Amino acid sequence: MTIPPKNGQRIELVCPAGSLPALKTAIDHGADCVYLGFKDATNARNFTGLNFDPASMREGVDYAHRRGRKVLLALNTYPQAHNWSDWTAAIDRAAEMGLNAVILADPGLMAYAAKTHPNLRLHLSVQGSATSYEAINFYHERFGIQRAVLPRVLSLAQVEQVIGRTPVEIEVFGFGGLCVMVEGRCALSAYATGESPNCNGACSPGKHVRWEQTPKGMETRLNGILIDRFDDGERAGYPTLCKGRFDVNGETYYAIEEPTSLNTLELLPTLARAGVSAIKIEGRQRSPAYVAQVTKVWRAALDRVMADADNFAVQPAWMAELNKVSEGQSHTLGAYYRPWK
Amino acid sequence: MKLALGPLLYYWPRQATLDFYANVADSAADIVYLGETVCSRRHELRLDDWLEVAGMLAAAGKEVLLSTQALIESESDLKTLRRIVAQRDFGVEANDMGAVRLLAEAGRQDWVAGPTLNVFNPITLELLRESGARRWVMAPEMSGEALGALQAGLPQALETEVFAWGRLPLAHSARCFTARHFNLQKDTCEFRCLGMSEGILLRTREGEPFLTLNGVQTQSARVYNLLGDLPAVRERAQVLRISPQGEHTAAVVDTFRAALDGRIDPAGALAASAQWMNEAPCNGFWHGRPGVEQYVAA
Repeated sequence: MTIPPKNGQRIELVCPAGSLPALKTAIDHGADCVYLGFKDATNARNFTGLNFDPASMREGVDYAHRRGRKVLLALNTYPQAHNWSDWTAAIDRAAEMGLNAVILADPGLMAYAAKTHPNLRLHLSVQGSATSYEAINFYHERFGIQRAVLPRVLSLAQVEQVIGRTPVEIEVFGFGGLCVMVEGRCALSAYATGESPNCNGACSPGKHVRWEQTPKGMETRLNGILIDRFDDGERAGYPTLCKGRFDVNGETYYAIEEPTSLNTLELLPTLARAGVSAIKIEGRQRSPAYVAQVTKVWRAALDRVMADADNFAVQPAWMAELNKVSEGQSHTLGAYYRPWK
Repeated sequence: MKLALGPLLYYWPRQATLDFYANVADSAADIVYLGETVCSRRHELRLDDWLEVAGMLAAAGKEVLLSTQALIESESDLKTLRRIVAQRDFGVEANDMGAVRLLAEAGRQDWVAGPTLNVFNPITLELLRESGARRWVMAPEMSGEALGALQAGLPQALETEVFAWGRLPLAHSARCFTARHFNLQKDTCEFRCLGMSEGILLRTREGEPFLTLNGVQTQSARVYNLLGDLPAVRERAQVLRISPQGEHTAAVVDTFRAALDGRIDPAGALAASAQWMNEAPCNGFWHGRPGVEQYVAA
């Protein structure tokens, strides 16, 4: 059967663009939308060497629009009194450059955008931590948001429940790095390094990372705090705070989460029937090669499921391609699958 | 300056919880936040029980509020939330925007914007004030300086509460890390967190205490302690929050009261408080530094 999509739209494939080459790659491989950010703390992937200055953003928007695709601007960190105008200036620029939507987390910014640029489409960022239809409808009633990105905490049944009780389009994460914490509700990085996803757009930032070969093995530290230690045969991963090995009651293990990627390909027919409007691919910090690989597979899978959800089957070749680029070369269904919790 | 007891973040046996609040009635706390904010599976006290405790504390002269769950997932979570909003005997601490929507819709003007709402600027706080908030609790990760700038930008002052004592609530997840530790799934967790008076300590591989696992919540291992910073804190906060801990909570409240009344100086209060902490203190967030640090101005 063909899927009757919510609001008469097809399911959009929303892909990450950490740079202009990544943006072009995503568009060339079939993304319906790309999302990106400016080179500053106004977005949640504020990493050195990533993101767009106004000139490259203009070029990227032009590239996408000429091909009939959309560009979404992530402004999903929380401004404070002393830097408020950086965020409002970014919204003004987005409106002026003709971006298709801005992805916001802060209610104050939404109020600003709705008042100043009434035609600018607003999406609620995953950083807004809205996990129920009551919360999503709050942003809809107050600021007219048209889409919400769900935090990676709900089971499939709960996602379905949300979709049935809100006029807002629902976007979910389909693939990529997995935050085990509720986005927008995690100050672990701030606790260890002083830089937070909420206010600085950074988690476990590179400038606080130390790799050190010791007699006990390769040690990875974040602001001096030992996150993990690897034997010679082990592949030493980046010390993302929640994906280290720690000691709890004398047992050393991944106490919070393993280094693994979210991969929901096999849930695609269920997500489609539930009425999901868009699937988001994580990874603005990843290379254009990653973006190409992941976009290609997800484009093929989405086309297949929209044409015939009942006979959808995950192709082994798709999984093989995706596993190559997964963190820790492994994947999980995350919270969609209850036993993960 | 008022002292508030934050919601109990741990899962204690029913009688232990009731005994704890019976003692709170006689304590120096002015305000008490009640209810389960961490995990909906915890049920030693149900909402009716919490309402009973609330009545007892109100009769003892405390300002009592019911705190809502920080992470709302199911329809049953929303049902509890609606009941909290519908009762009119006590104020409410809103810990997600769904609670804000319901409180505003009900026309309530007696609620507190909780620490998980991510209020970082005056525009957002003013929106909440217009929606009926009469106090707000600053997110612990925000600094004193940023608080000052926020307050200066408010068109109308709003009572500010600052988290001043306890293991820092740092993160919430759908996953239960206590169940994970025991190789159990959340849905069949056997309530292993019950009776852990202050969660489970997580250490780095070199033995340094780092975090605390408290079910779906992750806390700091260190105890956030602003006793030594009271002169600066009291310029910006009207309420100080003390987070209940396994033992000595009343003594902590008394120490804050003594320091605020000038019966003991901040350095003396900080030194005296060492006996009430199971781990080292930290205050980095207030100083705009990594939260784990214990910062002493040069």
